[in-house]
Amino acid sequence: MNKKIFLWIIWILILTGILAGTAILSFCVGAASIPLKRIFSLILEGGGSSEYSILFDIRLPRILLGFAIGGALALSGVILQGMFRNPLVEPYTLGISGGAALGVSLNMLLGLQRSFGALTLPFSGFLGAISVIILVYSLTVRKGALRIQGLLLCGVMISFICSSLIMLIMALSRTEDLHGIVFWVMGSLEEPSWFLIKTVSLVSFLGLVISYFFCFDLNALSLGEEEAQHLGINIERSKRLLFILASVLTGFSVSIAGIIGFVGLVIPHFVRMVIGRDHRILLVASFLSGAAFLILCDTLARTIISPLELPVGVITGIFGGGLFVYLLSKKGHSF
Amino acid sequence: MLQVHDLTCGYDTKFFLKNINFKIKEKEFVGIIGPNGSGKTTLLRALTKIIRPRQGSIYLEGDNIENLTFKELAKKIAVVSQGLDMELRMEAEEYVLLGRIPYRRGWQFIEAHFDRDIAEGAMASTDTLKFRDRLMENLSGGERQLVVIARALAQQPKLMLLDEPTSHLDITHQVAVLDLLKRLNSNNGLTVAVVLHDLNLASEYCDRLILLQDGRIYKIGIPQEVLTYQTIEEVYKTVVVVKQNPVSLKPYVFLVSQEGQKQRK
Repeated sequence: MNKKIFLWIIWILILTGILAGTAILSFCVGAASIPLKRIFSLILEGGGSSEYSILFDIRLPRILLGFAIGGALALSGVILQGMFRNPLVEPYTLGISGGAALGVSLNMLLGLQRSFGALTLPFSGFLGAISVIILVYSLTVRKGALRIQGLLLCGVMISFICSSLIMLIMALSRTEDLHGIVFWVMGSLEEPSWFLIKTVSLVSFLGLVISYFFCFDLNALSLGEEEAQHLGINIERSKRLLFILASVLTGFSVSIAGIIGFVGLVIPHFVRMVIGRDHRILLVASFLSGAAFLILCDTLARTIISPLELPVGVITGIFGGGLFVYLLSKKGHSF
Repeated sequence: MLQVHDLTCGYDTKFFLKNINFKIKEKEFVGIIGPNGSGKTTLLRALTKIIRPRQGSIYLEGDNIENLTFKELAKKIAVVSQGLDMELRMEAEEYVLLGRIPYRRGWQFIEAHFDRDIAEGAMASTDTLKFRDRLMENLSGGERQLVVIARALAQQPKLMLLDEPTSHLDITHQVAVLDLLKRLNSNNGLTVAVVLHDLNLASEYCDRLILLQDGRIYKIGIPQEVLTYQTIEEVYKTVVVVKQNPVSLKPYVFLVSQEGQKQRK
């Protein structure tokens, strides 16, 4: 067995360990303190008590959602940074989150959620994300070639337009809706619907599997587009499919959890610095680290000022940004 | 093995190459020369399907390249481009292994043993095994160029295209790179087409030269036919003197400065 693959397996085991540890920690701590011993007996006893429902109806769904969304965001960050060869790209730079936030804000302004139920919220978010994706995509695809610089600029501009429109909506909306919009924009892993949690987990996992069909394409793209083509990669097709994959992953995440920044930007960087830049390990390592990172941040968000709860986006921003600046200053790093 | 038939192509609406016709025979060592902007790089890009022809066609071993996938093409033609990204944080061996990408099969994520053996062989024949664990960005320009050629060899191509492989190199590495190509050409039967700026290197190493001017072929032939002072003065608009290299008997182009010309008069 060669050294590189051995090292990769070790890394996957370490990261899985960290992920499992974080999940268990998150399962055990919270506003209602339930001692570890009691947890074991609760699991054995089965449902019924209120403590059991805190564990399995409140904490477990959040852990699962953190896993799915953290993984999906980090994965789409790796994919986008790889195909753009630009370290500053993240899922939200392309305007996808802006579109989703706009969709949700519109929903709240029009009161759709009150008349048709809470499920319309993620649905309208997804609709917003998809429309932005289609818009950005059709604006930047000319003569069959996906222009990467254009895509980036277009995405940033659409982000600005969306956030201006959201502010307009905020100015027009009633106070009680305003609160909802603000909280949604800040991001949260609270999601009552098991159906949505299962859907996003499935999407996120499938995303990881599909991304592995493109690991060599991404490796080749790190040399530049023309070089990748010389290595036999059909880059137009690969870029298009990778862009769609990253968009769908982000669209699903944003429409369910709101805007959770920094996971897609910081985690891929972090993993690249520590483990290396071969996409064969980078994809899965980022997925696992992103999942662990988001679960950890959510646990902090729940516990720091409990019984109140902080928006998880605040924690990922402060924590992720801080960690990133520290690493950057510690070790001269270039993309 | 390569046949370019009435090729016209370019970017957007401008036509860079017009009515190009030539053939490259198997095991030939062909130089492509011409002034800046005459279409040398564009020609190479057309040969690898990066630019599609507007008119005419290109045949590789009898197949029209339009009908070959990029993957099939990458198994037959390897390209050494101009100016590799300087900040490439990748070990030389990993970089050479990228040359095996066209050969990977469906679910194969890890290189097979023979992929490693081929990569190692490519590094051995370019004398780069000693750099295998060094990062590409830490190699000197000449060392890096040899590793890039090793990657191209790992693709096991029939034809290797190189775009100014000797620019920015000192004479030691210029000769090392071209000697290596010549060796691969005569020992392994690799067909080589190389874009060169240095007319004297082109004259010394190439069997045949293709001289381009403004996107058209000005002249094709052995160095003695192409590198005459009339042709060069006509195409490059520069006064030169052509003499024979006393050892290889190939033509050698001397540049004459303006002052030198005055003194002579």
